[in-house]
Amino acid sequence: MLLRRRLGEVAAVDGVSLSVLEGESLGIVGETGSGKSTLARMLLNLLEPTSGVVRWRGEDVTHARGARLAELRRARQLVFQDPAGSLNPRKTVGAALADPFLIHGLLPERAARARRVGELLEQVGLDAALANRYPHELSGGMRQRVGIARAIALGPELLVADEPVSALDVSIQAQILTLLRQLRRELGLTLVLIAHDLAVVRHMCDRVAVMRGGRLVEVAPVEQLYRAPQADYTRELLAAVPRIPSPSPPGAPGGAQSSPSSST
Amino acid sequence: MSDAAILRVEDLRVGFATPEGLVQAVDGVSWAVAPGRTLGIVGESGSGKTVAAMTAMGLTRGRRTRVSGRVLLDGEDLLSAPPERLRALRGDALAMVFQDPLSALHPLLRVGDQIAEAVRAHRAGVSRAAARARAVELLEHVAMPDAARRVDAYPHELSGGMRQRAMIAMALANEPRVLIADEPTTALDVTVQKQILELLRRLRDELGMAMVLITHDLGVVAETADEVAVMYAGRIVEQAPAAELFAAPQHPYTWGLLRSMPRLDAEAGAELVPIPGRPPSLIHPPSGCRFHPRCAYVRERHREVDPPLAPLAGAGAADTGHRVACLLSETERRAIWARLAQGAARRRSWPASSSSSSASRSRAACCCAGGSARWRRSTA
Repeated sequence: MLLRRRLGEVAAVDGVSLSVLEGESLGIVGETGSGKSTLARMLLNLLEPTSGVVRWRGEDVTHARGARLAELRRARQLVFQDPAGSLNPRKTVGAALADPFLIHGLLPERAARARRVGELLEQVGLDAALANRYPHELSGGMRQRVGIARAIALGPELLVADEPVSALDVSIQAQILTLLRQLRRELGLTLVLIAHDLAVVRHMCDRVAVMRGGRLVEVAPVEQLYRAPQADYTRELLAAVPRIPSPSPPGAPGGAQSSPSSST
Repeated sequence: MSDAAILRVEDLRVGFATPEGLVQAVDGVSWAVAPGRTLGIVGESGSGKTVAAMTAMGLTRGRRTRVSGRVLLDGEDLLSAPPERLRALRGDALAMVFQDPLSALHPLLRVGDQIAEAVRAHRAGVSRAAARARAVELLEHVAMPDAARRVDAYPHELSGGMRQRAMIAMALANEPRVLIADEPTTALDVTVQKQILELLRRLRDELGMAMVLITHDLGVVAETADEVAVMYAGRIVEQAPAAELFAAPQHPYTWGLLRSMPRLDAEAGAELVPIPGRPPSLIHPPSGCRFHPRCAYVRERHREVDPPLAPLAGAGAADTGHRVACLLSETERRAIWARLAQGAARRRSWPASSSSSSASRSRAACCCAGGSARWRRSTA
């Protein structure tokens, strides 16, 4: 697809062509205003491009409506950055997770829905009994697990996660990233991960697209992008990430006394 | 760091009375920072890192706050200082930079006026014109692009990085002796973060300020701090010179933080090792070692005995300033860390040959009119 979206006079995404391959994990990185979230929303028919085409399995779905759009929604889901803002505070977790089925007219029987909700909670590492709780009773990490459970409820093929861990504490981020990797393996999901954190993308993705000012700067397999970045901007981004000195076992060559700057 | 310290926090405890009980946000914390040095305080939300610093600034006072301990600025106890004395010190000898400049700056006042106000609040004789000139000078000092014009800008007219520069300029208005920076770069993009950290380092060196850098980012600490204190559930669990902390961390929580962060130099496919569970309640903290419910090396005794923050005993006889609150013996800890670090080093090494991913699959695009470039799936 070749996509443009103009917001007023600003081209938020300007002539981007990008394919997501089945089964892959594609990272989209960029700084504030690079257009990465706008691009993701266009992929999911949540925004219409000003010009350009979005294809899903070869079919032009740019202007899909009605029943076709509902099918597309089922196949492609979004995980939001802020689980507190994306869950209705007045609905229990169980009700929030039952909604996708009600909206799509699936599992009409209450008992079947409740069973499926319980399965979903367990699938994301939560206790099925949490169905009766409200979002404010959960921690940030638990809420994000609920957000992920809701996104996988209808068995999507494509999951787009927009900064899924940037609002979480360090120790919880690793839990959520590990969960996403595990679900991807178990469910054969294709993942588009939008992030500003280059280390997170490095950990999660097969291929990476770097965006700046609404344009694609570089697209490359992850190893290649991190080891031999082609674009100046990619190099600049990578150089700006603060490095944690490598852990070295005491007594190992270049070990305990190595200065922070000499490592990596 | 000990004798030359300008700001010293001693056995600080801060609790907040809530309907559910007393939230003991800071529970016996001591640290000190000397002129020209940076103390990094690392921890997750709720670890008490911000509350300790805010209390040092006198910003947590209130009916429901329970504070004990001492905060000494050049020997003067700030906890018992009257409010007017604190007001005189804040923004003068003691300044703070907050995480979110958009909410810390007044939205309806020009940044130059806000900086000039900080000058005039502490220097009665300074004229408006002189204060404004000083504002421009300060903005130039923090490398604000086009400072002479931006002095008249409103906060919303500036980018995130420029706002943070304006806030730093305000904090520096009276050449503080201590600067407390609370997550100063967390809201910023990495390239801007790098510039702001460089700016803070330069200013610290030029002005000989003592700096307290509060952050959750171990990378930021590694690049900026001289000493590091790791906080967990209202306590310092480990404290050491920065290089020493990263080379030979001693506390299982520090190991957990290091192993759960994705690294740029990790091998593809390397697994993260998350810390299980989540930070404990500060109303009913766990018995014994507070980290024991999440610790992989927990023994029965650790559920009952609360470990003090104590200097390392073995290794070199000299005191490196490395302290840890852990009930494992130092020999055990060194053995565990050696094992973990070796595993990590193995995971980090690059595969020897990597010709499989050919350059043709990558493209550095400057024009994007390429239509529908597609890649074949490489492998199943």
